[in-house]
Amino acid sequence: MSHLAKDMTPQVTWKDITPGGAIFEGGTSQVVETGDWRTMKPVLDMDKCKQCLLCAPVCPDMSIPVNSEGKREDFNYFFCKGCGICANVCPFGAITMVKDEK
Amino acid sequence: MSIRERLSGNEAVAYAMKQINPDVMGAYPITPSTEIPQYFSAYVDNGEVDTDFIAVESEHSAMSTCIGAEAAGCRAISATSSCGLIYMAEMLYVAASDRLPITLAVSCRALSGPININNDHSDAMAVRDAGWLMLFAETNQEAYDNYLQAMRIGEAVSLPIMICQDGFITSHAIENIELEETEAVRKFVGEYKPAHYLLNKDEPIAVGPYSTPVYYMETKRAQAQAMMDAKKVVQDVADEFAAWTGRQYGLIEKYEMDDAEEAIIIIGSSAGTAREAIKQLRAQGKKVGMIKIRSFRPFPAEEIAEALKHVKAFAAMDKDDSFNAHCGPIFAETCAGLYANGVSGPKGISYIYGLGGRDVRVESIQHVFADLEKIAETGDVGETYRYLDVRE
Repeated sequence: MSHLAKDMTPQVTWKDITPGGAIFEGGTSQVVETGDWRTMKPVLDMDKCKQCLLCAPVCPDMSIPVNSEGKREDFNYFFCKGCGICANVCPFGAITMVKDEK
Repeated sequence: MSIRERLSGNEAVAYAMKQINPDVMGAYPITPSTEIPQYFSAYVDNGEVDTDFIAVESEHSAMSTCIGAEAAGCRAISATSSCGLIYMAEMLYVAASDRLPITLAVSCRALSGPININNDHSDAMAVRDAGWLMLFAETNQEAYDNYLQAMRIGEAVSLPIMICQDGFITSHAIENIELEETEAVRKFVGEYKPAHYLLNKDEPIAVGPYSTPVYYMETKRAQAQAMMDAKKVVQDVADEFAAWTGRQYGLIEKYEMDDAEEAIIIIGSSAGTAREAIKQLRAQGKKVGMIKIRSFRPFPAEEIAEALKHVKAFAAMDKDDSFNAHCGPIFAETCAGLYANGVSGPKGISYIYGLGGRDVRVESIQHVFADLEKIAETGDVGETYRYLDVRE
């Protein structure tokens, strides 16, 4: 019987579920989409962004990736929960919060 | 070879702990179980065991300590009573759900209020749905013997286990007892080799994660199966124990039940008093008997139904009240067991007795049998919810 996290799908039966629901793998939160909790979504205007990087460290979910050249890239919407701290901290008005619609 | 000794129930349990030499004890003192961690901490201090004794600031922390230790791959133990057990309640459920076979010695005591330090079963009964295995002892010998079997049972089904005895009545009374040799004890109990544990670097796991509605019920169903499977394990371990020591146990003990027309169902030390009451009544030609419950969790519903099948009247004796306005917990479970097994002949009453240390005498039990005799004769069950030895 497999104990691997990938086999604990919503179809798993009580006979096959891990004891106590234990998760037999590290770092499994990486595959769980928490971005779908979002109601508001930050949108970046690259023309206004000065790459000051004030936004990246204040993000509570590390959803603002910074590349090897030290420049921020677009939001990681897989994890971004739309809290709006980045928009609040941006001195240049480069981040706008908009209603997230599916 | 057994060793003849004289020990209190608390001392007997602490001695069993010493013989087993578990990895971690997390404990906080409370009357009447205080002596257990007290004796055990002396064994730790004297170097007689190599257990890590973790002194904590509360019972909630004591159980949390055990959960952490057991999840890490250790054998963890604790001891408590009364309000301490209730203070652990949140973590008791976690231990069971996380499938951690912790062993907890309980010297049963009344719950506040009114505040009272004496024996009844309101503490253990209050956590009866926490998912723990629960064995009850009539005597010091049984407390010791149950403790020696506890880890074998818990570890076989990955469930935590409570070894309950009656506070003061057995926990502090010194009785003759037969102890087993430490080497033989360790051979019987064996080493704890969990299949999965946190400190296994080759298999990273997260224990006790959040469970969404998609997974929660499957997790609980698997837990329920472990409790069902435990019935066979409790009996198998008891049989193996009997082959070693000559002392035989089961899920229940039937006393004078073969031709009994009236019977009581009882748990804990008062079974000894009941035995004497039955002896005297049998001498008068009365067909009376007793079912003593040793394993309350898992609950031996089929065994009790089978044993009660031919009696005319029975009383379920509860040293605790459910305050549901109609009966105590043993009565409720017994009736559910009878109904589920298609046994409808016997008439039953619920007797609440011995609360907060109210003395249970031979005459108390004989009073119950007198009630049962009347019910058996007339077929009129009358009030089913009764209090024993209470001033009217």
